[in-house]
Amino acid sequence: MLEIRNLKVKLEEEDKQILKGVDLTVDAGTVHAIMGPNGSGKSTLSYVLAGREGYEVTEGSATLDGADLLEMEPEERAAAGLFLAFQYPVEIPGVGNMTFLRTAVNAQRKARGEEELSAGEFLKEIRARASMLKIDAEMLKRPVNVGFSGGEKKRNEILQMAMLQPKMCILDETDSGLDVDAMKLVAEGVNALRDEGRAFLVITHYQRLLDHIRPDVVHIMAGGRIVKTGGPELALEVENHGYADILQEVA
Amino acid sequence: MMALAQAKRAATEARLAALEIPAGGGWAARAREEALARLRETGLPARRDEYWRYTDPVALNAPAPEPAALFDPQEPMPFSEVDRLKVVFVDGVFDPEASDDLSMAGIEIERLAEAAARDIHWAKDLYGVLEARGQSPVPRPLAALNTAAATDGIVIRVTGKAPRPVALIYLHRSETSDAVLHHLVRVEEGAELTLLENGPAAARLNKVLEVDVADGGAFHHVRAQGRDHERRAATHIFARLGEKSVFKSFTLTVNGKLTRNETVIELTGDNAVAHVAGAALGDADFHHDDTVFITHDAVECESRQVFKKVLRNGAVGVFQGKILVRPGAQKTDGYQISQALLLDDDSQFLAKPELEIYADDVICSHGSTSGAIDETAMFYLRSRGVPRDEAQDLLVIAFLAEAIDEIDDEAIADDILARLQAWLARRRR
Repeated sequence: MLEIRNLKVKLEEEDKQILKGVDLTVDAGTVHAIMGPNGSGKSTLSYVLAGREGYEVTEGSATLDGADLLEMEPEERAAAGLFLAFQYPVEIPGVGNMTFLRTAVNAQRKARGEEELSAGEFLKEIRARASMLKIDAEMLKRPVNVGFSGGEKKRNEILQMAMLQPKMCILDETDSGLDVDAMKLVAEGVNALRDEGRAFLVITHYQRLLDHIRPDVVHIMAGGRIVKTGGPELALEVENHGYADILQEVA
Repeated sequence: MMALAQAKRAATEARLAALEIPAGGGWAARAREEALARLRETGLPARRDEYWRYTDPVALNAPAPEPAALFDPQEPMPFSEVDRLKVVFVDGVFDPEASDDLSMAGIEIERLAEAAARDIHWAKDLYGVLEARGQSPVPRPLAALNTAAATDGIVIRVTGKAPRPVALIYLHRSETSDAVLHHLVRVEEGAELTLLENGPAAARLNKVLEVDVADGGAFHHVRAQGRDHERRAATHIFARLGEKSVFKSFTLTVNGKLTRNETVIELTGDNAVAHVAGAALGDADFHHDDTVFITHDAVECESRQVFKKVLRNGAVGVFQGKILVRPGAQKTDGYQISQALLLDDDSQFLAKPELEIYADDVICSHGSTSGAIDETAMFYLRSRGVPRDEAQDLLVIAFLAEAIDEIDDEAIADDILARLQAWLARRRR
C-alpha cells in the first residue's frame, strides 16, 4: 500500500538534511510502528507524507497504491486515502467541529466522485462513532480542538479518522500527553478500524502504546534512516534497554 | 491654518450652495438652522482633521455625487425570510406604494416631514439633539449637514414590544442619486424594537440615525449595506442609553467604493449595555471606515466594539474606536477588538484604538490585529481533504464569527452568514 523508496528530505528554509534515505513498505492489513529517539526524523516523515509545506524532497519517492504522493496537494493525498493523526492537533477557533468534519467528509467524497452525505446520514454516522470514543454532543459542537484537553484532542483525531475511513493511517505520537485510560480509549478506536484493506503506521517514542495497538512490524528510526526492522519483540527491547544498545549495534 | 480654514469654508459653501434645505417652519426649521450653524463652525471634513487621516472625504463633501452604476445582486434581498414591516426608500425618497402599512401595535411610525409639520411632536426633542451632543469632542460635520438638509426619513416611537422588526429598505435606481436621510427612533421605557436596514440607497448616501433608548428599553439593529460596487456612503448612528437599557448594532458591508460608518453612543443610565459590531468584506476598489465613539457616563455599564474586516486585492479597511470613561463612571466594562484578515500583500488595514479613562474602578480592554490566513490551520484542514479555497473560506468565516455572534436573533444571523458565504463563493469561481 505505502511504498517509500530512498526518501531524502531537507528543510526548505535551511540547508539541513532530516531524512537521509528512508525505505519502507507497508502492506494492506498490517500495522507498522516506527520508534526512535527525538530528532530521528519520525515526525518529519509523517509531515512529508501528508504534504506539509517547508520541506524539500531531494531524492526518492513515496507512493500510495502506486500513486505518487509527493506530486499531490495535501487534500488530494487525503482523498486518495492518506490520514495523519497529528501529534499536536490544531485549534481552529470559530470553526465548529461538526461543520469541519462534514466539510471534510463531503470534500473527500466529492473528490472521489461519490455522492455527498446528507445531513441526516452524516449525523447518524458521527453519533455512532463519537459515542464509541466517548465524545459527547457538546464536544462536537465546540470549535475544532478549542479548549479540548490533550486526551480530547487525540480522541477527536481518531474520530476524524473513523469518519474519513482512510486506507493508510499515520499516527504521529498519538500517545503523547495521554494518561492510561485515554490511551486505552484511543487504542480501542484505532483497533476498531483495523481491517484487511487498511494499514497503520504508528509513530511513537514508547512501547506502551504498542501494548494496546499490537504492531506486526516494528522499525527503529535514527539519524533520518530506518536502522532496524523486526517484530513486536523489537519494541520490548527498546522498552527494556533503551535506544542506545540498538543504535550501537547497528552503528 | 488660514489657508486650510479657507479651503474648508470654500468646500462647505460650495456644498451648501448645491443643497436645498427643505422648506417649512416650526421646530424642524430651527433644528435645521442650528445644524447649519454647527456645520459652518467646523466646516466639512478634510484629510488633515484628526479623524479623517485614513479616509479621504472629498467624494463625500463634493457638491454633486460621482455617478454609481446600478447593480443587480441577483439574489433575494437580505432579511427576505424575516417577517418584517417594510419601509421602502427609492434613491432616498420614501415610497408608500412599495412600503407596508405603517401601523403596528406598540409602535408609531411616521414620515419625518409629517412629524416636522406638527407644532408639538416628540421628534422635536430628538431631531438633531443627539447629533449636536455627538459633535463634541470630535466634530462630525457630515452629520450636521444631514440634520440641516435631510430630505426624508422615518420617525419611530416604540411604546411596547414591537411584534416584528421594522425594515428600512433602500433601493438604488438612479446612477446619480444623492440621498440625505435622517431617521429617529425613540424607545420608551421597557419597550423593544429590532430595526433592519438593507440596500445601497443611492449613488451617494448621507444618513443619520438618532436613537434614544429610555430606561429598560432595548434596541436591536442589523444592517446590510448594499453590494453596489460604486456606491459611497457616510452614515452616523447617535445613541443615548438610559438605565438598564440595551443597544446592539451589527453592520455587514460587502463591496462599495467608500463607506464611512460612525457610531456615537452615550451611556447615560446605570447598568446600560451597548454593543456595536461590524463585518466588512472588500475586494479591490473598497474603502471601509468604522469610526466609533462610546462614552461611559454612568456606573456599571458595559460596552463592546467588535469589528472584523476581510480585505483583498488592495482593499482598505479603517477602524477608529474610542472608549471614553467619564469621571464617576465606575465599574465600567469596556471591550474593543478590531481585526483585519489580509488575504494578500496589497490590502491595508489602518487602526486607531483609543481609551480615555477618568474613573479608577473600571475594566477596559482593547486589541487590534491584522494578519494573514493561519497556515497551520490551513494545512490541518487540507490534510483532512478540504481543498485550499474551501479551507480558506472556513477560516474567513471563523475569523468573522465573533462579530456575527453579536447578532442575537438566530434567523437574522443565519441570513448574514449566508451573505458572507455567498460573497466568498463568488470569489472562488
